[in-house]
Amino acid sequence: MENRLIIAGFGGQGVMMMGQLLCAAAIGCSKEALFLPHYGPEQRGGTANCTVTLSDGAIGSPIVRQIDVLIAMNQPSLAKFAHRVREGGVILANGDLCQAPPEGCAARYVPIPVETEAERLGSPKVANMVMLGAYNGIAKVFPREELLAAVEKKLGKKPQLLEMNRAAVCRGMELAALG
Amino acid sequence: MERVFMKGNEAIAEAAVRAGCRFFAGYPITPQNEIPEYMARRLPEVSGHFVQGESEIASVNMVYGAAAAGVRAMTSSSSPGISLKSEGISYLAGAELPAVIVNVTRGGPGLGSIQAAQMDYLQAAKAPGHGGFRMLVYAPATVQEAVDCTGLAFRKAEEYQSPVLVCADGCIGAMMEAVTLPEMKEAAPMKLRFFAAEAAGEKRLVVTSLLTPDETQEEFNRQKAALYEKWEREEVLWEEYQVEDAQIVIAAYGVTARIAKTAIAMVRKEGIRAGLIRPITLYPFPYAAFDRLDYSRVRQVLCAEMSIPCQVIEDVRVGVANRAPISTVLHSGGVLFTAEDIADGVRALYRKEG
Repeated sequence: MENRLIIAGFGGQGVMMMGQLLCAAAIGCSKEALFLPHYGPEQRGGTANCTVTLSDGAIGSPIVRQIDVLIAMNQPSLAKFAHRVREGGVILANGDLCQAPPEGCAARYVPIPVETEAERLGSPKVANMVMLGAYNGIAKVFPREELLAAVEKKLGKKPQLLEMNRAAVCRGMELAALG
Repeated sequence: MERVFMKGNEAIAEAAVRAGCRFFAGYPITPQNEIPEYMARRLPEVSGHFVQGESEIASVNMVYGAAAAGVRAMTSSSSPGISLKSEGISYLAGAELPAVIVNVTRGGPGLGSIQAAQMDYLQAAKAPGHGGFRMLVYAPATVQEAVDCTGLAFRKAEEYQSPVLVCADGCIGAMMEAVTLPEMKEAAPMKLRFFAAEAAGEKRLVVTSLLTPDETQEEFNRQKAALYEKWEREEVLWEEYQVEDAQIVIAAYGVTARIAKTAIAMVRKEGIRAGLIRPITLYPFPYAAFDRLDYSRVRQVLCAEMSIPCQVIEDVRVGVANRAPISTVLHSGGVLFTAEDIADGVRALYRKEG
């Protein structure tokens, strides 16, 4: 297994956190993981993206032109990176902020209304966790428990939010299964 | 051993602490700021000292002072900051003081792009300061190797009483990977002896790089030249990857080398036999790796470097010695290679070869 992702969105949407959590979960089940953040001299409100590679074996390049999965948390990210997804790959898009997939895109397009779902769970802040769950629901890279353990390890300092974060991950996985 | 998920810069800092580093002085500059940030928090926990200097020059000279007192010391910066420190690095070499310097390199001359690049090869490997001294230079390609090279740098700095450079790039500094950290080393003071003291018949520790009379300086230089020859015999490190049957050999170091590995997997699926020679020490350079290639099989050598113009080619040329044509595939200024960029470079050579 080797899964190469780009996760992109506005600064503040928790894009870097998603990437780091995926890597932590992968390492938790003895896989290799590489996280490479990309940010320039932008200030708050700019774009943020990271490249994540999850693999059963040693990871070579941190960056490839053709990726397996794009997680687009907003429309500019979808427009910018959709063409990088290989044929047969997956685009997971924030359905509340993204319109249709770009023309000529040969990837499977899966919109998830993560903002709506996060509001329903109690906070717009957990939209990224819904997306994290949705990714694992589709890519099935690790068992749910491993992903939840990584979330708990990283975000356990705020117990009142932890429950909501866990619920968000689980909801994301459900939505992916439905979709 | 437990694997921890760490950013390259932080892993370098933790590895330094575990290698016995108890003094760090530095001045902020992207893309290495996590090193001083981490040290500021971490060193007090182990009874060490962190100082944010008023400048790069002050910082490297504080390291000089700490090393003279027998404390394992480190400073870090990025390209223009290393230029500023180069005076102090030369003084460290001249006074035979052990210290580790980390350069997380930037993308061009002057201030340069703040993004990842490999623009400092010649400075690192050939002329890190005035006075003709050399430094062991380690160029890690993974976060784990950044940890390992940092530990090694401290051991070698102490063994040879010399500054040692860890030359990383912004990509290695910023990326996160799982690493296994070494055990914490006990930080007993280093036992140092100095040529300057022995030459003057002094029992005290004399820490200076001003050697008189002239014959004393000449003798010092002679001894150092002999040391550099020893390094060239004994301290060269490199990796060979799928070179055994390769017709096209890529020469690349640091993050570019691991990108090349993915490129090699891509072109091998198409039947192109490519391999990689990866210098781990930029000085001493692994000329032998290129010298011993079978040039009846190796048709082309391709230098891949995040530097324009290509710098590593100057050493590759010496190793190849006109036995195969050498080409380049390059990015710079903060533009990162994709694996496909290098694969395309290999394919173009393969087609040219017919």
